[in-house]
Amino acid sequence: MAASDYPLEYPSHRHAEFSLSETLYECVTTVDHKRLGLMYIVAALIFMVIGGIMASVIRLQLAVPDAHVVSPETFNRLFTMHGTTMVFLLGMPILAGFANYLVPLMIGARDMAFPRLNAFGFWAFLFGGLLLYSSYIGGGGLSGAGSAPDVGWFAYSPLTERAFSRGASTDFWILAIMLTGVGSISSAINVIATIASMRCPGMTLIKMPLFVWMMLVVSWMIILALPPLSACQIMLLLDRFLGAHAFDTQAGGSAVLWQHYFWIFGHPEVYILVFPAFAVMSEIIPVFSRKPIFGRQAMVGAAVAIGFISMSVWAHHMFAVGMTSTANMFFVAATMLIAVPTGIKIFNWLATMWGGKLRFATPMLFCCAFLFQFLVAGLTGVMLGVAPFDWQLHDSYFVVGHFHFVLIGGIIFALFGGMYYWFPKASGKMMSETLGKWHFWLFCVGFNMTFIPMHFLGFLGMPRRIYTYAPGRGWDLLNMVASIGVIFQIAGIACFIWNVIQSLRSGEPAGDDPWDGWTLEWTTSSPPPEYNFEKLPVVRSSRPLWDLKHPQDPDWKFE
Amino acid sequence: MATSTLVPASPENLEREWKLPDRGMIGIGFLIITESSLFSIFIVSYLYYIGKNLSGPYPKDVLDIPIVATVCLLSSSLTMIMAERALKRNQLGRFKLWWTVTILLGAEFLISTGVEWHHLIYIDHLTIATNLFGTTFYSLVGLHASHVIVGMTFLLLVLILTLSGFPIQTQERRVAFLSWYWHFVDAVWVVVFSVVYLIGR
Repeated sequence: MAASDYPLEYPSHRHAEFSLSETLYECVTTVDHKRLGLMYIVAALIFMVIGGIMASVIRLQLAVPDAHVVSPETFNRLFTMHGTTMVFLLGMPILAGFANYLVPLMIGARDMAFPRLNAFGFWAFLFGGLLLYSSYIGGGGLSGAGSAPDVGWFAYSPLTERAFSRGASTDFWILAIMLTGVGSISSAINVIATIASMRCPGMTLIKMPLFVWMMLVVSWMIILALPPLSACQIMLLLDRFLGAHAFDTQAGGSAVLWQHYFWIFGHPEVYILVFPAFAVMSEIIPVFSRKPIFGRQAMVGAAVAIGFISMSVWAHHMFAVGMTSTANMFFVAATMLIAVPTGIKIFNWLATMWGGKLRFATPMLFCCAFLFQFLVAGLTGVMLGVAPFDWQLHDSYFVVGHFHFVLIGGIIFALFGGMYYWFPKASGKMMSETLGKWHFWLFCVGFNMTFIPMHFLGFLGMPRRIYTYAPGRGWDLLNMVASIGVIFQIAGIACFIWNVIQSLRSGEPAGDDPWDGWTLEWTTSSPPPEYNFEKLPVVRSSRPLWDLKHPQDPDWKFE
Repeated sequence: MATSTLVPASPENLEREWKLPDRGMIGIGFLIITESSLFSIFIVSYLYYIGKNLSGPYPKDVLDIPIVATVCLLSSSLTMIMAERALKRNQLGRFKLWWTVTILLGAEFLISTGVEWHHLIYIDHLTIATNLFGTTFYSLVGLHASHVIVGMTFLLLVLILTLSGFPIQTQERRVAFLSWYWHFVDAVWVVVFSVVYLIGR
């Protein structure tokens, strides 16, 4: 097939055939799931770099005591924009990107169920992101009260009411996040309809790749968990613009209602973000262990169980607001409970590796790091799920360390693994293993250097979101170590970006199936043609490509 | 497992017998689920704030049960079913008739909501900014009314297309999806009605 069909993969080769305006036209008008998937991922990575730069400035400010790198007001804006960017403009779109690119390929379909809705979802997300960042220009509003939202990523009301948050920056936050939410919901409906209605003949639900299963569960969670956020944002907008009293304590309103609504969205959101990582892990680990996944049914069951339980743990973010002890006990118990299916998943991945013929290529390295780091994240999560422990460490750096272990040590590591794994499929080129290993080790060392000390800082009493601190509290050294870790992380990310550019330009040709995989995306060419499959495949087991490669010993005889 | 029994499932058999649900059906179904999630938060807010007003007017003083509007909206679901049945039997005249009746019933619902709000605002001096009751009442009933308006827009679109000679019988599926949405809006009204006019008073 002609390279000119893939503007995103071959930017450097295209100048001769396609002008910039034509490429742009292609991007704006496309409804192809692969192109949209890549656009999602590229846009998410750009937002990741922006959010990463903000995090670096935060770490610079906190590296030494009594520092004044930025003003306190700017600092508040930095951590708000950092959190909002990473959750809504990196985590959500990169999920949609992976789902878009891979779900149709894995279930043997030619496109998503609703291609135009798919494009709509992408543009809703992108314009939501641009709207959020345009607050730096227009956020002051007429009262000139500071640019960019500074209310934290969960924007607790009543502090976000007009009386306490002047200017328009909070409105930018509300509208931008609502817009990206609409995009996420439409892409989730699309994924569910695709999985329900477009599977190739023979692919029953239980034969579906685990990646697709995870995307199905996560889409369900998006459908149920995002509307509560939109709902409370609508109420907040009514409060701010029409003088309503939904969160106004002066008029008898509740000060904790927003917290409940936000975390009814917010805790499922954490699982929504981590499910793509589960999806990637469940594909990479079997292929690089040369064994089928251990306990497929248990994996699916655990995923569905996590989806259910995640809807009933939200108030473990709110132990410190003073709920009744019955409510506290319920949410402690639910939090303990959700660790069980998550543990099942970890054990199944380990059991898949056990006795396998392990290949430590870059994707597998990232997945191994995930196993360790996500385990640590899970254990600190269980600790924080115990109400009295949470009272001690609520809103401390222990919490910051914990959720960064989930979000970076878990999710980002697995997604990097996924990018190394599927890059050959999307581009037709292999990524450099040498640069990949540099990326992995630099990022792994830097990540642990930055975030392990944060747990200890939390124990030593350093509160979250603090602007600066006095010397001599025992926080100096650990903060310095954490900030130095950032340098390693930046170097790792630089290796990754250089690797992508270098591999697109002159990577080795990948062939259709560089990793000797078993799922349907490896049966088509790399990059796949616009129609994905010349003839729609017919599937008889959960590893259709294994069946094709081993006609004497096919899986369907034993499943 | 089934595949290793006496008659192995050959690819040809699989392909012939392979049948999956309609994607439009799944799409509209999940739209309804996500909308339910949105409504549930507004309903919880309403229930939570019942009786927490610091100042009047109070629901029992100003709210009248909108019987006519409710009857109209609920019966519009029935006329919608009649219209769909006519379309299935290819009786275009009847379809147009029932469809127009559905729109008129929906319009009557919106008009009586408008009259009710006008009365509340100008006679009883209850606005969204007056008290907690005003806030939760206008946001919940307004959210529902905005869904009725969206539904009405699509109903009108179908009517205009049909009257201008578009062969609507080719779009039976899409008309069915629209009717699902309409039934959903009606069902939500049953909940909103119970919460606002029965429990809340």
